[in-house]
Amino acid sequence: MRVGVITFPGSLDDRDALRAIKLAGGDAVSLWHGDHDLHGVDAIILPGGFSYGDYLRCGAIAAHSPIMSEVIDAANKGMPVLGICNGFQILVEAHLLAGGLIRNDHGTFIRRDQKIRVENVDTVWTSGYTQGQEITIPLKNGEGGFIADDETLKRLEGDGLVAFRYLEVNPNGSLNDIAGLRNARGNVVGLMPHPEHAVEPGFGPDTPAAMSSGTDGLAVFQSVLAAAVLS
Amino acid sequence: MTELIPDTVENATATPAKNQPYDLLGLKPDEYQQIRDILGRRPTSGELAMYSVMWSEHCSYKSSKVHLRQFGEKVTEAMTKNLMVGMGENAGVVDIGEGWAVTFKIESHNHPSYIEPFQGAATGIGGIVRDIISMGARPVAVMDALRFGAIDHPDTSRVVNGVVGGISFYGNCLGLPNIGGETWFDPVYQANPLVNALAVGALRHEDLHLANAKGVGNLVVLFGARTGGDGIGGASILASDTFAEGGPTKRPAVQVGDPFAEKVLIECCLELFAGDCVEGIQDLGAAGISCATSELASNGDGGMFITLDNVLLRDPTLTAEEILMSESQERMMAIVRPEMIDAFLAVTTKWDVEASVLGEVTDTGRLIIEWKGQTIVDVDPRTVAIDGPVYDRPMEYPTWLDALQADSPAKFARATDGDELKKQFLTVLGSPNEADTDWITNQYDYYVMGNTALHTPDGAGMIRIDEVSGLGVALATDANGRYCQLDPYIGAQLALVESYRNVASSGATPLAVSDCLNFGSPENPEVMWQFARAVEGLADGCLELGIPVTGGNVSFYNQTGDVPIHPTPVVAVMGSIDNVARRLPSGWQDEGENLYLLGVTADELGGSAFAGSVHDHLGGIPPRVDFTAEKDLAGLLGAAAHEGIVTCAVDLGTGGFIRAVADGVLRFGVGARVWIDEIVSRDGVDATAALFSETQARALVSVAREDDVKFRGLCDGRHVPVLRVGVTDKRSGELEVQGLFSIEIDQMRSVHRGTLPAHFGPVVGG
Repeated sequence: MRVGVITFPGSLDDRDALRAIKLAGGDAVSLWHGDHDLHGVDAIILPGGFSYGDYLRCGAIAAHSPIMSEVIDAANKGMPVLGICNGFQILVEAHLLAGGLIRNDHGTFIRRDQKIRVENVDTVWTSGYTQGQEITIPLKNGEGGFIADDETLKRLEGDGLVAFRYLEVNPNGSLNDIAGLRNARGNVVGLMPHPEHAVEPGFGPDTPAAMSSGTDGLAVFQSVLAAAVLS
Repeated sequence: MTELIPDTVENATATPAKNQPYDLLGLKPDEYQQIRDILGRRPTSGELAMYSVMWSEHCSYKSSKVHLRQFGEKVTEAMTKNLMVGMGENAGVVDIGEGWAVTFKIESHNHPSYIEPFQGAATGIGGIVRDIISMGARPVAVMDALRFGAIDHPDTSRVVNGVVGGISFYGNCLGLPNIGGETWFDPVYQANPLVNALAVGALRHEDLHLANAKGVGNLVVLFGARTGGDGIGGASILASDTFAEGGPTKRPAVQVGDPFAEKVLIECCLELFAGDCVEGIQDLGAAGISCATSELASNGDGGMFITLDNVLLRDPTLTAEEILMSESQERMMAIVRPEMIDAFLAVTTKWDVEASVLGEVTDTGRLIIEWKGQTIVDVDPRTVAIDGPVYDRPMEYPTWLDALQADSPAKFARATDGDELKKQFLTVLGSPNEADTDWITNQYDYYVMGNTALHTPDGAGMIRIDEVSGLGVALATDANGRYCQLDPYIGAQLALVESYRNVASSGATPLAVSDCLNFGSPENPEVMWQFARAVEGLADGCLELGIPVTGGNVSFYNQTGDVPIHPTPVVAVMGSIDNVARRLPSGWQDEGENLYLLGVTADELGGSAFAGSVHDHLGGIPPRVDFTAEKDLAGLLGAAAHEGIVTCAVDLGTGGFIRAVADGVLRFGVGARVWIDEIVSRDGVDATAALFSETQARALVSVAREDDVKFRGLCDGRHVPVLRVGVTDKRSGELEVQGLFSIEIDQMRSVHRGTLPAHFGPVVGG
């Protein structure tokens, strides 16, 4: 299966996402924001970073990059699309996911190993987890505070569209501790924490067993590969 | 607006008596005369601008050169055999094997970081990263060594928040993992904070690029951000004094950083290198276009012709002098073969990076710059970039030093019971310089790029370079201004061995050094003496350890009024490791492992963290340096890591043995029971020295029981003194110092972690 990772100007974790796909057993394909071409990929990842410097609202400019018209089309037709951190912000700005992401309530950039709960496994990106599974993956952002109006929030919760929720510490003031969302169809998922930084022993979060051995993020990438085999 | 009238060479020749504001630009009368002698006429205002910035202390090293030579002279063939590029280029390049090379450098951005902490620190990161790109390397990590004023001074929070925010903003947005560094607080840095930024990059041997302009007819291309009025210091005075009426007058002297522009520039440069589009390259930092053109020309065929009108400007009202001096960030200058210019511009266009051809390489031996059709600069570039003034400044042994050294901490009564020692331990652990820096480092991304093998709070940072073989590099930065105040020669060596030991404790083999020498005014003979002694100590130390200095930077004038900072030579040591999977963290994770102390302990508390935090004292003499013992210890640690027979190694530095034990416990929250009786009896020291002495060439390691025999054998074979001093204890949740005191890990942690948040705000997630 071919999974594309889009590089926008200012993308930072694009190489990490490509590595994660390879470690999960997929074919990783680099995509360029300026192309109107998805190069025949079967799934798409919008990686973390600071697209265009994010000097305006995060992700606002990238959401209008040339390739995003193809991404939005493909997402609406059911192609798996994952947005990580800045990618999540871009998906929100592109209205593929609901709500908005604002500056962390404490005002500073925060990097920490974050415990989250997988709230919904009925998506192509989370099917490899068990419902309610608690995982720890890195979080690193300056503007990760999830907001939505009451009505939207009620709908997200009522329709089971919350994909991940912060546990123990809410690191940025997100409403309802929301760390990630899915769309109704289950093909589009976005989250602030970084599963691609917890895929390789030796370079992930510390665990009680051994330092840097956490690979809790790998199942995100395995999920989409498994979904492709099934479909 | 009045039309700007350039001061041309013709005009300069015609008006020899014209009064020029050289003194306002920082030039001394004899330096100005020297320029007139070189040119055989008065300089044009553009030439004066160039000479003034390039002959400044910051760019010319005029006060330090005569001393820095030692780094090039005190070397052996063995030391330089892995050195692909030594001092003098943008950064040194070291062969680490498997076809890989690493380039690294540490540099100061002190003064801007006091005036405008956020942008000052941010552009400090930006500048050092561009040095790394200039060598043809992909930057792979950054570190920062910081010095602030007293933690409870009302102004410190402003500087700390700004500096940390700036590093976080720029480094994170650039996508470079911040893998370590150090932070100290001391009143001597109150109005002179130090922000030293290190960057490291990796490249294949064949990708090495240098800063020279060779090949007559090759094009000189300026690319990246547009040139603006930021970062002009003297030029504002120059401009307002001498030039156009109604033009811009006041310019901010601190540059403003745009990490997005730099990130794009990195990727753009790497693609240019890969496409073989570039013959020579230089980043634009201090002195901007003046520096880039004169250095590239000096290091190449010797001549260059530039049309300054082709510089893309952010502000069209800039004068020629301002364009020459502007320190606008995120700019690079490349030398490009004419037949490659289309390919070059295709890459810059792809990355939305603006580029303009300014001129070409010549063999005239002259750097000629035209503006508005007239020649405003016509100089031998070497006279600007290389053959500047050199001063052997007067030195004086400090009048106060003997009294300071005589004031030994031996005068303080020693604690005799466990409760008092426990109290002292907690005082040290929570003191500002020993406290946990979570509050700072939690604002830095160390995950990005996915190759970080060690990071804060481990003693060294480590990055995987080759994803297949696991080949990697480790880096540590260290400095101890307190030791240096007591003895700059020994103090500089102590920074070196500490950094060396930190790298060795990670399991890597130390290979090379970069230094950032922060001192007061060189015009103060006592400061000059401190500087000379520190450089001599460092050069002698590097020779003893067999690792070369590959580059660095000098920062003088870190003083307010007559009071200089403590001499603070920050030493960064870089080492390599065959496979980062064999790395050693600075703490233990498993139950029932034996803890061993390597090295012997003497009663050495002069300048120590104990003396500073418990007795608020600085005096006496710093610890002794034993290079042979350091090398033996490093060799042992490397071998033990390679064979996998130690599970962690903690270097003993400030705070001594007990501080290392605390580090080991706090790293993974696994307790320990330790004893000091054998240290006391073997080494003839008391409990205070056993716990807090800062004797060098020591490390604490944990060893799984099944590897005990092998480990003892290794120590015997390598003649490293060893004592079993404790066991790890996963269940107790405490640290017990047998017969003296015990303390719960949670209490230790809250003391250790509470200090910075108490002054600067809470840590997210506590």
